[in-house]
Amino acid sequence: MRQEKAATRDETSRMKSEPTVRETLPEGLTPDRLREMYYCMVLTRTCDDRGFALNRQGKIPFAATCQGHEAIQVAAAFALRKGVDWLVPYYRDTCMALSFGVTPREQLMCLFARKDDIFSSGRQFPNHYSVPDRHIASISSIIAAHVTHAVGMALAHKMRKEDAVVLTSFGEGSTSEGEWHEAMNFAGIHKLPVVFLCENNEFAISVPQKMQMAVKNVADRAVAYGFPGVICDGTDPLASYTTVREAVERARSGGGPTLVEAKCYRAMSHTSDDNQLQYRTAEDIEASKKRDPVPRFEAWLTDRGYIDAGGILDMKARAQQEVDEATDWAEHQPMPTAEDLYTHVYAEGPLS
Amino acid sequence: MAVKNLLEAVRETLHDALARDERVFIMGEDVGPRGNVFLITKDFVEEFGHDRVLDTPLAEASIVGVAIGAAMAGMRPIAEIQFADFIYPAYNQIVGEAAKMRYRTAGGNTCPLVIRTPYGGGVGGALSHSVSIEALFYHVPGLKILAPSTPADAKGLLNSAIADDDPVLFLEHKKTYRLIKGEVPPGEYKIPMGKADIARPGSDLSVITYGLMRHFATQAADELFKDGIDVEVVDLRSIRPMDRETIVKSATKTRRVLIVHEDNKFGGVGAEIAAIIAEEAMFELDAPIRRLCGPDVPAMGYSKAYEEAFMPSPERIAAAMRDLAAF
Amino acid sequence: MPQLGETVTEGTVGRWLKKPGELIAKYEPLLEVETDKVASEIPSPFGGTLTSIMVEEGQTVAVGTIVCEIAETGAAALKPAMSAAASAVQTQAPSSTQSSTSTAPRSAAGVANGVRYSPAVRKLAREHQIDLSNLSGTGRGGRVTARDVTVAAQSGAVAPTSDTRTFAQPVHAATAATAPIGVPRQAHAPIEAHAGDEDTVIRLSQMRKTIAERMVQAVTSIPHAWCMMEADVTELSRWRDREKAAFKAREGVNLTYLPIVVQAVCRAIKEHPLVNSAWGGDHIIQRKHINVGIAIDVEEGLVVPVVRDADRLSLAGLAQSISELVEKARKRRLTLPDLADGTITVDNTGALGNVLSVPIINPPQAAIITLEAVVKRPWVVNDAIAIRSIMNLCLCLDHRVLDGAVASRFLGSVKKMLESYT
Repeated sequence: MRQEKAATRDETSRMKSEPTVRETLPEGLTPDRLREMYYCMVLTRTCDDRGFALNRQGKIPFAATCQGHEAIQVAAAFALRKGVDWLVPYYRDTCMALSFGVTPREQLMCLFARKDDIFSSGRQFPNHYSVPDRHIASISSIIAAHVTHAVGMALAHKMRKEDAVVLTSFGEGSTSEGEWHEAMNFAGIHKLPVVFLCENNEFAISVPQKMQMAVKNVADRAVAYGFPGVICDGTDPLASYTTVREAVERARSGGGPTLVEAKCYRAMSHTSDDNQLQYRTAEDIEASKKRDPVPRFEAWLTDRGYIDAGGILDMKARAQQEVDEATDWAEHQPMPTAEDLYTHVYAEGPLS
Repeated sequence: MAVKNLLEAVRETLHDALARDERVFIMGEDVGPRGNVFLITKDFVEEFGHDRVLDTPLAEASIVGVAIGAAMAGMRPIAEIQFADFIYPAYNQIVGEAAKMRYRTAGGNTCPLVIRTPYGGGVGGALSHSVSIEALFYHVPGLKILAPSTPADAKGLLNSAIADDDPVLFLEHKKTYRLIKGEVPPGEYKIPMGKADIARPGSDLSVITYGLMRHFATQAADELFKDGIDVEVVDLRSIRPMDRETIVKSATKTRRVLIVHEDNKFGGVGAEIAAIIAEEAMFELDAPIRRLCGPDVPAMGYSKAYEEAFMPSPERIAAAMRDLAAF
Repeated sequence: MPQLGETVTEGTVGRWLKKPGELIAKYEPLLEVETDKVASEIPSPFGGTLTSIMVEEGQTVAVGTIVCEIAETGAAALKPAMSAAASAVQTQAPSSTQSSTSTAPRSAAGVANGVRYSPAVRKLAREHQIDLSNLSGTGRGGRVTARDVTVAAQSGAVAPTSDTRTFAQPVHAATAATAPIGVPRQAHAPIEAHAGDEDTVIRLSQMRKTIAERMVQAVTSIPHAWCMMEADVTELSRWRDREKAAFKAREGVNLTYLPIVVQAVCRAIKEHPLVNSAWGGDHIIQRKHINVGIAIDVEEGLVVPVVRDADRLSLAGLAQSISELVEKARKRRLTLPDLADGTITVDNTGALGNVLSVPIINPPQAAIITLEAVVKRPWVVNDAIAIRSIMNLCLCLDHRVLDGAVASRFLGSVKKMLESYT
């Protein structure tokens, strides 16, 4: 069971914003929005659990969860303006996508790889989000290839003098790719309105951070490209929100890019095709799970009276119902046909 | 009608595209104040500004990657790779990303991108300024590959490339930049992709070719005509999509085919042309399909002796034509 | 004018840094040159005195143009400076043409009788119902080409035709007095001779090329065997001497040995029809008509026009037909029908003094006969020595079709007829 039982305040490790009780919420956040954020995290957790279950049932070939990343992801989505700013996420950004407008039905459709999957008509792996109408740009499975695209989009916005910020996210492994550095360099030269968000969960499949880079923090790399690099606790939604929002503001106001490094953890294996017990100890995995952002945020909200036990149960039930409905619906949607193989190679004209 | 060389035709086309459509912009190394190392974008930055004639860092992967992002966001970028020999770092972005953008999103995202680059030898360019790259890319679905050989074709095909909503690799043979002159119609016109040009109609044998070799082949054909051998020269112009219809029609007419390209022979574009003819015109052939191509060595060396040994010349092409005519 | 820049084809003289008459050291700056890519000082390739300037300041010339002359110190002659080869495409053919990089056809170890048909040839033959075994070809090594089939279809002729595009007179394979006897050989790659400095290279005419190809084809595909008989033509020769004036007056043509022998050959064929045949691959085709090919010597080579149904002509008729064909041949007015459908060939090699020939068969025929010079020899007649006029008759046969016995009997018939004149 991945979801922990509701923990007591004493057992839950405190978020950094304790023991000082905040007087005011960060700008842009209201109690309603806080509850929305929490719901997004719960919904994501429910979807992720469902994905794994379907995979273990043999109903879907592949699943990847974002457990451990929910806080930074929901925070980033809420720090952006829906319909104005753009997201170029990576394949672990389920919570970010669900918080930025993707629906559970759409998520389940891509897991089932059905023909009417709106991201790719079942052509891509799951979680390769692409919804231009909702300002989510597409990625492939090639690590870090999307980061130059985000920079290109920001370049276009700047050329057209549009008030749009592009946020692109990736894991710490991506920051080893040459193209990642080229993207950072380009953005720095032209002070483009882009936020580079690194969700550092310390593992690139099995390769730990110390084998991935010589620097202690990914954020340390930003200085080489002429703009700030900042660190936040990726398991704390409010701290994450504050940091990302500051970066978004900087970009919006012409101050150029920011590299935000959100320290989080990866509770599950890389994907359903991986078994992390091959390279991590059970103790290490259990210890990281203690940082689970969902119950911790739940406790934080309850403490401050933003939500009560009944409200939590309602939300969880609602999330469960949404995911159940989405699963049942998606499972019965048609598969692509052999003819569908040939569509969308070019706008028009022969294949060769 | 104005007579221009191929470089001037490209320059004119780029200029007019920038003037016509504010979504179009050029990015690459040295394209700004330097005006491109062949002076193709000479004075462009004064007219259109640094934003639209953008000097990039020396980083080919991001030249293409950033251009892809801009294309996804609704611009129509023309990315330049300074020499085709330097395109390899961008292979990831071209093949892994641009080519698949429409397919992987089922039409949700598109990539209206043009990548221009000079290729080919004959200018003493040595191992890293002379290669031909079409064989590395024409295999990839989702890309379009153009290789015009005349100034008029360069303008018409470049306009088509800029207007196309899919990624196009536009190959300019650097030897033809100044060597090949021709009439270029004024105004904006497009030549459809996937249509070959009959450079010289004939009846005794067909030469299928593209790039600089179109001119060498035509020259050789003129020589042979004096001896009563009438050679048809087909200039593909468009490598992908490829004009199968014209290829098969020519092979059927003359029954003898010589494929000529500067690129290495094994696995070159000629192999695909030969396969098409074998598949669709086997019973029309009166002789085996022949290929005259660059040798299967990594590249042409710096010493003029290497370059001359590598590149098919009008004389060698004429000898191959005669040999095939006598079969 | 040097080439400054990879794609530059011309340059402009900016400024001369030396005047005619001035000394210049090697590598010293000589002039400034501008192209649309760069402007450069050009160091002198020689040390000496600048003697003359050919291109003035401001003039633009092609790369490779001589711009000035320098009298090199210590050298007697003027040296044109900077005549480096232009980068433009060379149009002159190098004197020794390299073979193309395309692989030569894997030459014909060939199949069975050395014949391969391309897909186009088979298809056209099927469409036009042409029997390919009756065609010899104008392609390399005698290959039947698609055009050969098309031409055969158009002319209605089954006999070999050659390419009529490039020359007026198509040529059949002809005899050659010095051809080797063939056991059929597998076609090997030809050994080519190389010309020395003092040798003369004679370019091939189309007729020569075609003869060469057809000869190779005949020799490599037909197993030749040869035999010879001596005919005592003393009486014939006397008869001819008596008759020739009247014949000439009556018929308007000379009475040579050729029509006489052709007539004898026709009669001998009647007795031995197998000699008038062709090899059909897996069968032998015995011809009905007797169309005798007459080998005629022309300026460029040899042609073999045909007297059709020669057996139906009288001696006068034969003499006249032959004379007409010779006339046409010499005036280059032979047509395709004149050359088509021969079933056997006769060659008057004796006309030039030969007494023995080993001719090459004219495919797809099975035999060729030569008549040699008539020579007076000491001969044994009734066990005594007499002086007799002797004509040798030579016969080459396709040993697939004919064996020695048949051939000898045939030749014997010819001899007998020639010896029966009184």
